[in-house]
Amino acid sequence: MIPEIGHFAIVMALVMALIQAILPLTGAALLNERWMAVARPAAYGQFGFLLFAFLGLTYAFVSNDFTVAYVANNSNTLLPLGYKISAVWGGHEGSLLLWALVLAGWTAAVAYWSQPLPQVISARVLGVMGLIAIGFVSFLLFTSNPFDRLLPDFPPDGGDLNPLLQDFGLIVHPPMLYMGYVGFSVAFAFAIAGLLGGRLDSAWARWSRPWTTVAWCFLTIGIALGSWWAYYELGWGGWWFWDPVENASFMPWLAGTALMHSLAVTEKRGVFKAWTVLLAILAFSLSLLGTFLVRSGVLTSVHAFAADPERGYFILVFLVMVVGGSLLLFMIRAQALKSESRFDLYSREMFLLLNNIVLICATGLVLAGTLYPILFDVLGWGKISVGPPYFNTVFVPISLLLMLFTGIGPLVNWKRHQMALLRRTLLQALVISLLLAALALWLVDAGWNWLVFLALGLCVWVSWIMLSETFKKIRSAKAGFLAGMLRLSRSYWGMVIAHLGMVVTVAGITMTSTYDVERDVRMAAGDVVQIGPYQFAFAGVEVVRGPNFNSTQATVNVTLDGQHITTLVPEKRQYLVRRDVMTEAAIDPGFTRDLYVALGEPLPDGSWAVRVYYKPFMRWVWGGGMIMALGGFIALSDRRYRLKIRQSATAMAGALAGGKA
Amino acid sequence: MKGGKWLLFSLPLVLFAGMAFFFLNAIGTDPSVLPSTRIDKPFPAFVLPTLEDSTKTVTEKDLRGPLLVNIWATWCPTCIVEHPMLLELSRRGIPMVGVNYKDEPAAARQYLQNHGNPFQWNILDAKGDLGLDLGVYGAPETYLIDAEGKIRHRFAGALTPDVWVKELWPIWQSMGGFQPSDTAPAAGGSS
Repeated sequence: MIPEIGHFAIVMALVMALIQAILPLTGAALLNERWMAVARPAAYGQFGFLLFAFLGLTYAFVSNDFTVAYVANNSNTLLPLGYKISAVWGGHEGSLLLWALVLAGWTAAVAYWSQPLPQVISARVLGVMGLIAIGFVSFLLFTSNPFDRLLPDFPPDGGDLNPLLQDFGLIVHPPMLYMGYVGFSVAFAFAIAGLLGGRLDSAWARWSRPWTTVAWCFLTIGIALGSWWAYYELGWGGWWFWDPVENASFMPWLAGTALMHSLAVTEKRGVFKAWTVLLAILAFSLSLLGTFLVRSGVLTSVHAFAADPERGYFILVFLVMVVGGSLLLFMIRAQALKSESRFDLYSREMFLLLNNIVLICATGLVLAGTLYPILFDVLGWGKISVGPPYFNTVFVPISLLLMLFTGIGPLVNWKRHQMALLRRTLLQALVISLLLAALALWLVDAGWNWLVFLALGLCVWVSWIMLSETFKKIRSAKAGFLAGMLRLSRSYWGMVIAHLGMVVTVAGITMTSTYDVERDVRMAAGDVVQIGPYQFAFAGVEVVRGPNFNSTQATVNVTLDGQHITTLVPEKRQYLVRRDVMTEAAIDPGFTRDLYVALGEPLPDGSWAVRVYYKPFMRWVWGGGMIMALGGFIALSDRRYRLKIRQSATAMAGALAGGKA
Repeated sequence: MKGGKWLLFSLPLVLFAGMAFFFLNAIGTDPSVLPSTRIDKPFPAFVLPTLEDSTKTVTEKDLRGPLLVNIWATWCPTCIVEHPMLLELSRRGIPMVGVNYKDEPAAARQYLQNHGNPFQWNILDAKGDLGLDLGVYGAPETYLIDAEGKIRHRFAGALTPDVWVKELWPIWQSMGGFQPSDTAPAAGGSS
């Protein structure tokens, strides 16, 4: 009975989405207040129904209802409870339901927080989000219903969840990623609402900013979690593969980063309006494109779901309507946008624009690498694949360029800056960067490496400029150090912290990809291998029974100069239902290094192939991501957003009264 | 001036329209399906060194089945996932030849030495020429070659016990390949 009610709830959610899209948008065009007023309750209703459907599906999993096809394919009675719950989004249908739920959640949040905004604006924003919801909920309903039954011949037990997905990382990774992906729909909806109304001013940018920042924070966390998951779950020591699915999440992140910076300029200076709107459209379009690539079966990938051309066509039509429609609107309306101020060649505007251009070039390069195989195929030139060699070659230089501008940007004043005044600061930063980077290389003691020198130098460059500027600001407050710190706004601190987070990530990537040590050794009980300063002693293997797998566990004792550091227990699991063999790596994480042991194959003489890795500064890669997200959240807590929403909303309401729709 | 502005602002739309057109064409071509023209045709001609000894060359004539040809590389994460399955099949006696695709030979040799080598020998396709002739979409891919050296089946993506039982095993049997007594039932999946 519950699955039928769940199915019905999805139908009702679609009805709510239709109401939420059609009435408010028409109402905004005709300035009909009663029609516009429907937006908010419809948004809450849509969220309520989807939440019900989602809980219904969760119930079907928890209660082992194998009459539901989706449950039978992705769960099993032996599966631990936590994974039964995460299995709800372990397959195509359920993850799409999660997507729709997250979208409805964002919509409800916008409905709630947009109450101080002029009604015309909030009605348009919610209406546009309703249009997106119509697309996703009908996709769910017509091609991917998670409540389809297997009646009357249902299996006595399910097919189990893919063991790769039976993991903590996968419980939290997709919800975070979707929060980010879908969160860009808010910035998108604001952009479209602005284009429809013909008004894009600094108030508009100020409303979009916090939403964009939240979405960006979640996406940052989601990507970092995904990378962490790949690292420990695939058992190969790698943490980023330039896989199409990874690229699909990385491209909106790059565009979203550009959007955040561009929104700052539009809010403060009233320039780059058309560009900002285009970025808002781009960030969300890339999220949709990612969905299309993953779900349509156009690309193969480790993470991809089963290919189904019907789903592919559906998403393509949806993609064309959303992206094509908004770009058409952009073409017609964005030309009329006028800059509210001027700026010189040497100004913060200019450096943020440079930063934007670099970020968009990076997005384009990732997109090109991801789509190249499709293009090649369609043109009939055969089928090819683009591997990490391409991405690493193009991405390293462009990120270093980005770091260079990131250092200068915050130093430069808005509107105009006498570059002569900066010369001393920049020269000082340059000398310090070169010295500290050389010192770091000397400490690492592994020979000279120009790329590492350059990358670390740029890390110092960004953090030195960022911190010395902050100190200068604190001192100029002349109120004592602590009081001076508190006087700086939270959005300023957020900016500083997020940029330092990027430095941490870049430093981590540089160190770990250059200095990691990988040894593949044959080990029998009693064997010892030396890696870096550490000794790894192999004590033997034993077989252990898990809830839905049998596991072969090895014991490896790690010592440093005779001191016991840790005992690592890598496993090889054979899952009982699907018969998949999974490697569970054992990792000892640390601030400056990870020790990583993965069990390979048993060898004929009774010994084992063992992979042992020493990965310096590995945690910095994800730690930096977390710091970036933290910076974002701190910036969000700045009280000026809350205060100014009220002020500007009142001002806008006055300006709009009697204005054209 | 006005015309220039229209041109500039319509650029994103035009670019997107071009992309959408390509996607439309791409949906029909499932990447895991080999162009049907290649099925039941001889393996494309090639002269390439082997991974084991780069001074020795092999040609398509050395591929006389029934055997399994697997395209792999050390940079390919899916190959990592697939590797235990290949080892399992090889342990059960399925003859297998590898095509090391666009890879560093030294890294590839190290990989096989350390993680187990399911292959009888490997073709070294460093530039991807053979891959292009075969129509390789991306690593990994698996081909079944019959006794006359013809391609009988192609599978793109990671081999799993399920795929082996449902998709490859029936063709393997029809090719009259070596049949270890326990291959089918023991590797059997949930179904």
